[in-house]
This record gives sequence, C-alpha cells and structure tokens, in this order.
Amino acid sequence: MEESDSVAVARAKAGDEDAYRVLVERHSRSVFRLAYRMTGNEQDSEDVVQETFLRAYKQLHRWEARSSFSTWLYRIAANYSLDLVRRRQRHGEVGMTENAGESETDLVRALPSAEPGPDRLLFSDRVQQRVAETLDALSRQERTAFVLRHFEGQSIEEIAAALGLSGNAAKHSIFRAVQKLRRALEPLVNVQP
Amino acid sequence: MNHLNEEQLVLYYYGEPAGDVEEHLAACEACRGAYHTLQRVLNSVDSLPVPERGADYEAQVWSTVERRLAPRRTFSLFSWKPMLAAAAMAAVVIAAFFVGRNGSPFQQKKPAAVATDSQVRERILMVAVGDHLERSQMVLAELANSRDPKHGSLDISYEQRAARDLVESNRLYRQTASNAGDEATANLLDELERVLLDIAHSPAEVSGDQLKDLRKEIEGRGILFKVKVFGSEVQHNESAPGAPSL
Repeated sequence: MEESDSVAVARAKAGDEDAYRVLVERHSRSVFRLAYRMTGNEQDSEDVVQETFLRAYKQLHRWEARSSFSTWLYRIAANYSLDLVRRRQRHGEVGMTENAGESETDLVRALPSAEPGPDRLLFSDRVQQRVAETLDALSRQERTAFVLRHFEGQSIEEIAAALGLSGNAAKHSIFRAVQKLRRALEPLVNVQP
Repeated sequence: MNHLNEEQLVLYYYGEPAGDVEEHLAACEACRGAYHTLQRVLNSVDSLPVPERGADYEAQVWSTVERRLAPRRTFSLFSWKPMLAAAAMAAVVIAAFFVGRNGSPFQQKKPAAVATDSQVRERILMVAVGDHLERSQMVLAELANSRDPKHGSLDISYEQRAARDLVESNRLYRQTASNAGDEATANLLDELERVLLDIAHSPAEVSGDQLKDLRKEIEGRGILFKVKVFGSEVQHNESAPGAPSL
C-alpha cells in the first residue's frame, strides 16, 4: 500500500533516506510542470526541481502536517522560480516584466488583435505562442498567482499565503492576469476554425 | 437586471464563492455568452505545452538530489543531540581534569604516580579536543567548499546550529587548556571560537556576498589549515607507542 506524504515525511525526518526518495519521485514531474509554467524555460525548470528538493530536505523540520506537503513543496518551487526570473531580469534577459500590470507599455496591448483563418494545426500553434507571450508579459505576481490558481488548482487563500499577500491582493492579481489573457486571446478563440 | 462582472465570472470559473452566478447565467443570455468566451480563453491556456520528461525522469531527479544531499547527510551528524553529548562530555572531561589536578593537597602521592596521572589527564583532554576539532573542521570545510548560490541565497542553518553548539564546548576546552598552561591549544581554540561565533551569528540564509565574507574569515585566519594540522598531531600522539592507556 502506498504511504501518504505525511508518513513519508515523518520517516524522512527520522533519517530514512528511502522515504525522501519516495517523496522526490512522487512529486518531481509536477514540480517540473509548475516550474516550466513559471519560468517558461526548460533548463531553468530542471534547476528549480533540484533546488526545490534540496531546500525542502533542509527545511523538512519546518513542514507542519496540517498543510499539504505538495502545497508546501510548490511554494518552495514557486519562490525559487521567482528568484530565478528576478535574477534573469537583473541580467537583462528576456522574461516576465516587473510591473507589466501597471505599465503604459504593456506588451499585451501591443499584440495584434485579429488573426487570419489558418488551419487547425497552425491555429493551435498560434494560440500556444500567444499564450506563452502573454504569460511572459505578466508581472511576476500576476503570473505566479495565475499559475497556482489555473494549473495547480490552489485556492485564493493558499495563493495569498504562498505570496505573502492579502486575499484581496491575490484575487486581483488573478483578475488582472485573466483580463490580459482575455484581451490577447479572445480575438483568436472567437475565430476558432 | 444587473449583468455579472468579469470578476464574478472568473471566480465562478475557478469554483470560488461568487454569489448567485449560476442562477443568473441560466436566465441571462448576454452573461452566458460572456462566460462561454471566458471559458474558451481560459481553456486555450491549457494548450500551452510542457516539454515531456523521459520515463525514468523521477529516478534521474532522485539520483542528482541524492548526490547533492550526500555531504548534507554526513553533516546532519551535527544535530543537537550529538552536540549536547559532546558538550556534556566536555564538561565531564574538564571536571575530571580539575579534580585530578587540584585534588586534595593533603593527599600524599608518589612522584611517579603523579606524573602518570598528569599524562592520562592531558591525554583525556587531547582526545576530547581532537574530537571537537574534527567536528569544527567539518563545519568550516562545509562552508569553505560551498558552491556560490546560483540564484538567491544559500541556507546555512545546519552549519549555523552546529557552530552555535560548538561555541559552547569550545569555550570550555579553551578555558581548560588555558588553566592548564597549554597556550598553543588555548590560542588555537580562541581563534576557532571567533570564527564559530561569526558563523553562529550569520543569517540562516546567506547571499553570495555574505558567503564570500564567511569564507574570507575562514581562509584569512587559516583556521581550517591550523585545525587540520592540530587534529593530525593529536591523532599522531594518540597512536604513538608510548601513549598512556586510558
């Protein structure tokens, strides 16, 4: 019978290496998916996966059983992804913009609003490309809040806790992200072949 | 009838409390249309591909994580229990040292027997100090060999906790060595104590620059080298044929 995360964590805390292996193997794919959606970069995502499990191991004593282990793990991964993106921005690399939400030069506004009627495959590629561009144009806070809500199914309360925000601020980050996505994607999805 | 706003539709889409949205949607075609558009937009976000990982991805991740955890696990020997044991041992050794050294002045001893007791006491102290130096060396080596944090900061809370515990026993050994007139040992322990205090007072997570400062402190004093040399001498003396048995 498969043991729960809580049991595995308890064994890992007691020094059982095999228990930590179980946790790593159980969550590595989902941490990778989260990291990729946060960073949009494969190599960075691998980096996030490794660092997340190393940090989690060192901080296992801080985990409290009343919260889900995976939520706690995602929080570490999301924070590290943000660190990574911040670092990329400091070095002038392409990535999420710091204040895209408030910027007058919001990239999303600059996106073309109409598309010709391509075939479905090409259309799908364009949608994916537009989604990626729009996510890249979100602010860090908007992107993290949106990814945690949309892809990870976390509640607004959990997102607020993960990002150190009020519930209202977390909610509005999601609203702004959805608004930008809608503005960028609506012209596309409304002409869906 | 007031129409639903976008925020209510978003909350409803994600299953968050949003009021009587469902009833309204059943009755209002305009809002139903707006909601279907929102659904199409958000569903299209799911089309964003995530690169596939190989079948053995989990094993690969574990293999890398395990390799990087290896020194950390060795280091976990520095958990508070062994450290408390070390401090307790230090206290016992020191108590034994002083009881032996300052035993009743009225007690009559043969000169040869006094010399033997003194050698045994010194050896007890050296064995304990040797063990203490070995533990300290591991903390210093761990920090000196840490890779610069690639992004953000490095968690050194293990090292910090270990250093805090080592400071306590270091202080006892240093005082004992000083009282015994062993200036070389006392000086080394004095230098070691300063470095251990710096580590103990560092933040639990250090930036690349803070890590560099710590390394500079360790390297600048040459403390790691001195500790290694001293530890080797202790070991050598301990295994020497003439060493008194305990």
